[in-house]
Amino acid sequence: MSTPASTSTDQQPSHTPTGLIAFAWALVGIPLAYGLYNTVKAASALFGA
Amino acid sequence: MSGFLVGSLGIYTEQLWLLYFGYGFLGGIGLGIGYISPVSTLIKWFPDRPGLATGMAIMGFGGGALIASPLSRQLMNWYDPGYDPAVVGTVPSGNAVAGLFLTLGLIYLVFMMFGAFIIRVPAADWRPDGFDPASVKSKSLVTTENVSANNAIKTPQFWLLWTVLFCNVTAGIGILEQAAPMIQDFFRNGETSTVLAATAAGFVGLLSLFNMAGRFVWSSTSDFIGRKPIYMVYLGVGLVLYVLLATIGSTAIWIFVLLAAVIISFYGGGFATVPAYLRDLFGTYQVGAIHGRLLTAWAAAGVVGPLIINGVLDSRGTPGQLVAGDYRPALFIMVGLLAVGFIANLLIKPVAEKYWEPKTTDVPTAAAAPERSTVR
Repeated sequence: MSTPASTSTDQQPSHTPTGLIAFAWALVGIPLAYGLYNTVKAASALFGA
Repeated sequence: MSGFLVGSLGIYTEQLWLLYFGYGFLGGIGLGIGYISPVSTLIKWFPDRPGLATGMAIMGFGGGALIASPLSRQLMNWYDPGYDPAVVGTVPSGNAVAGLFLTLGLIYLVFMMFGAFIIRVPAADWRPDGFDPASVKSKSLVTTENVSANNAIKTPQFWLLWTVLFCNVTAGIGILEQAAPMIQDFFRNGETSTVLAATAAGFVGLLSLFNMAGRFVWSSTSDFIGRKPIYMVYLGVGLVLYVLLATIGSTAIWIFVLLAAVIISFYGGGFATVPAYLRDLFGTYQVGAIHGRLLTAWAAAGVVGPLIINGVLDSRGTPGQLVAGDYRPALFIMVGLLAVGFIANLLIKPVAEKYWEPKTTDVPTAAAAPERSTVR
């Protein structure tokens, strides 16, 4: 099992760097956009596009 | 990752057992672990919106197919230029498939290590801004108590939900399993179909899109209308849509596609909402472990669903050479299964007090010693 980030109740809030957030979103967003593009392109044949 | 690497080695060395062991056994274990851990973590981060949280996580799981399918075709084409995915009948060489497995294994290693690096379980006293835990008590099926995994499987609620998931997944697999030949057979005119093979592949892609979208949209909706009502929609409306598919599905392509797409979105929604349903019934204490046990319904449906549809279709001929009417018996079996699931969902009531963890249990402490409770 995983362990809690902290068991202390007076823990100071931590802030995730903006760059890390942007990188994480890009890491999932770019492959997803690639998958969506390919799927929509293939599916468009269904409707004669 | 290990599964892909061992599977790749199996293909290179032409050892079929190594492929089964790597891709099947090791890969299957990794899939289960990778599926459950983020879900149970996200539920803890979003106690106010568990449906949204599980929908996001399980949408990612469903969305993987959207990415892996075109990427795999592209990679195999690079490794074996003689293989053209656009041409029906061409097959990639063994080395191209082994190279694909190796590449995917390495890509997944990078992605999953990054995920494992940034993932955090919230502190025990974590609350989102403005969230009042007392607000969840107002919903009758939502508990603020906790039930251990060992106790959960002794409750009728667990097995009713198992039945719900089993029926929902079996019905969804009924379409997914035969999607490409099915759309061609539904619009067959003698020997030829008005739907070409390439177009049928597009249909399969469209289904995966709706599968993914349903996981997010329907699961998020369940936060507002409740878990039991949303399953009444998945199973009840799904049942009606299956009847329509069997009766008027062959009248127009757009009708067939629309019905199948919504059915598949319910299939995805059923997957995505179930961890939030478990949290409502059993609390967050061991929801990951309970989810793992419940997913045996998925495994069972993965065996039974194809057995039913293939069994019925094989008795009619060969999929890809049938007509719409040949699918009706299989579709009506799915209707029956959805009816069983609908009734099972109706029977779900709050978990009896005798299964709750003792009030003195401190949840973070209990998490460190998860197996100590028993039914009293």
